[in-house]
Amino acid sequence: MTCCCECSKEKALDKLMRLEPEKTSELTAFIDGLPLVAGDVETNRGFLVETLHRAQGIFGYLPVEVQQVVSERLGLTRSEIYGVISFYSYFTDKPIGRYKINVCLGTACFVKGASKIVDELKAKLGVNEGETTADQKFFLGALRCVGSCSLAPVVMVNNRVYGNVTPDMVDQILADCQD
Amino acid sequence: MINLKINNTPVSVPEGSTILEAAEKLGLKIPTLCHIKWDSFNTEHRCGSCRICVVEVTGRPNLAPSCCTPVAEGMDVHTNTNRAIRARRTMLELLLSNHPKDCLVCSKNQECELQKLASAFNIHHIKYEGAQSEFPVDENGAAIRRDMSKCIMCRRCETACNVVQTVGVLSGVNRGFNAVVAPENFAQLTDTACTFCGQCVQACPVGALTEIGYKDEVWEHLNNPKKTVIVQTAPAVRVAIGEEFGFQAGEISTGKLVAALRRIGFAKVFDTDWSADLTIMEEGTELLERIKSGENLPLLTSCCPGWVNFLEHQFPDLLHMPSTAKSPQQMFGAIAKSYYAEKTGIDPSNLIVVSIMPCLAKKYEASRPEFAHNGVRDVDYVLSTRELASMIKEAGIVFDRLPDEQYDSPLGESTGAAVIFGASGGVLEAALRTAAAWLEGDKDSPIDFVAVRGLEGIKEATVTIAGIELKAAVASGLGNVRKLLERIQRGEAQYHAIEIMACPGGCINGGGQPYNHGNTAILEARKDALYRADKGLPIRKSHLNPSIIKIYDEYLGKPNSEKAHKLLHTHYYAK
Repeated sequence: MTCCCECSKEKALDKLMRLEPEKTSELTAFIDGLPLVAGDVETNRGFLVETLHRAQGIFGYLPVEVQQVVSERLGLTRSEIYGVISFYSYFTDKPIGRYKINVCLGTACFVKGASKIVDELKAKLGVNEGETTADQKFFLGALRCVGSCSLAPVVMVNNRVYGNVTPDMVDQILADCQD
Repeated sequence: MINLKINNTPVSVPEGSTILEAAEKLGLKIPTLCHIKWDSFNTEHRCGSCRICVVEVTGRPNLAPSCCTPVAEGMDVHTNTNRAIRARRTMLELLLSNHPKDCLVCSKNQECELQKLASAFNIHHIKYEGAQSEFPVDENGAAIRRDMSKCIMCRRCETACNVVQTVGVLSGVNRGFNAVVAPENFAQLTDTACTFCGQCVQACPVGALTEIGYKDEVWEHLNNPKKTVIVQTAPAVRVAIGEEFGFQAGEISTGKLVAALRRIGFAKVFDTDWSADLTIMEEGTELLERIKSGENLPLLTSCCPGWVNFLEHQFPDLLHMPSTAKSPQQMFGAIAKSYYAEKTGIDPSNLIVVSIMPCLAKKYEASRPEFAHNGVRDVDYVLSTRELASMIKEAGIVFDRLPDEQYDSPLGESTGAAVIFGASGGVLEAALRTAAAWLEGDKDSPIDFVAVRGLEGIKEATVTIAGIELKAAVASGLGNVRKLLERIQRGEAQYHAIEIMACPGGCINGGGQPYNHGNTAILEARKDALYRADKGLPIRKSHLNPSIIKIYDEYLGKPNSEKAHKLLHTHYYAK
């Protein structure tokens, strides 16, 4: 179905191999383990979301080269794969910062002033919601309720939860993020 | 058969039919927008996204989209209840509320299916106000313009690109209000495997997909006294342009086309049919050589730039198979800027070659770097059939009152073999006519090879010429082309020659032709017209074209000579 051009196939995989040899081997080993059927688009399509999920787990995001490798291995067009990536909010084709700061914008947090915390983070980090800082350290996002409404407003940084957050706590939250 | 009632009238249709089809049988046209069906190609797009075709079905709580609801025994359908009509109007108003509504300055004005529906539904006020989808216009490259702010997400282009053509460049991306059809990573078309066949443009009901136009540039040159502007017209243009002026589909308007071009101001009106005959000389010679040596078979035709793109992107292992002959458009350009320029003493940089093509990929082809020398392109501008029609209207030329005029000499003389290039099977038939005559002599060699005619996607024929059993195939529509080429890759099929055209049915259905809105009867009529034109011409074999004979005597030597190779042949590149 998709491009069978040997040269560009090698290019995408080669480039990934050069930049991220371990991650790339992990991805190709995963795909090789799938019961794909050559030329059977319908069957292979069934493994697409699973493959993208794993690929994002390995690479942190889904760069063009990863999309290309998945496209070639699964025999699906790159446009279809991009359609799926852009449909699900979980998938991203942009690099994500090492510290994923997610401000809860659920009802309780919102009522208790979560948007002020978002504004403070935006100002401190110089990025908008859904973006990553240039140094790849912080990602600023939003989520809807983590089930800790009694602690509202809540901010999550990777797996750590901050409760009863006020804008003047933002400096400390950022300072906690030490590599 | 399934029995049902539509608006209280009983009707029986085969199982699996849709309500829309059953209604059609009763002569009832339920309004549709996203739905499109190409009867001659057995292809249908029914994604049910627009909801314009909803009808009421007794016992069913919600309205049913008739284009994708199968009929059931005893079904009681009502197409024009207040509820259905209100729902359709609401759908239409919602679509329009997120549409630029710049109809007056939209290139699809009066051809737009959304506009026609809005007019039919008498919608003069849109009560919904809200955000507008805005996307940057992609007009990079030479052929296709994408303005996705106008997209209504009918997704016909996806079916054209992915199912019909199997090119796979377009997909629905994003979600909800931001959803739109785009190539991977929102790439520009020029950075994808797009072949520029333009079938998406033919399918698009609105102005989201159109062509990149060059009318202004051509007018500019026509009014520049330093420039000599000459024009060539492709075979399929003459049987389609009349439709733009109210003629029946399938009317041959060659004489009026020539007259109109002359009145627009072209210094000479020439014919791509002339260089189609030249193509047969080169390609036919190559075919006979390959058959003689038994090497590098089958020979694939190379006239169609959409197909050449498809090959370069998707079958780089077969780059050696097509004829190295340039397409007729590019042969014309090369000869115009060498032979013709020398003969007339015009400096090639002051000679402007314009093509009128049924095709959008031809715009791209003319821009390929290998078809330019010292910055001077062999073909300077390519206008689609539609663009020429618009120029004629702009110039105030009353097409139906024009006299029938003749092409200019020498690059305007042609044969019946050339005019059928415009239909799938025509190039192969033209090549067979000449090959047969070269091997058997002109007197008794066959002219009509009817087995290769028609709109079917893949056609096969075995013909015996001078004792040689020649196996040939014809494929049109890139999805069919893919099927055939994959059989060749697997070694399952052996042929001597294969004609390939990117658009289903050939150039009569090109991306630059008057919009057919899925009505394939129009394509049948254009095809029949080409074969009528062929029958009506005194010479029907390319090698008997007197001005072709003359150019070999005067200039090129013989087919596949060194000079012919330099001017008339090309290379293909893996992309």
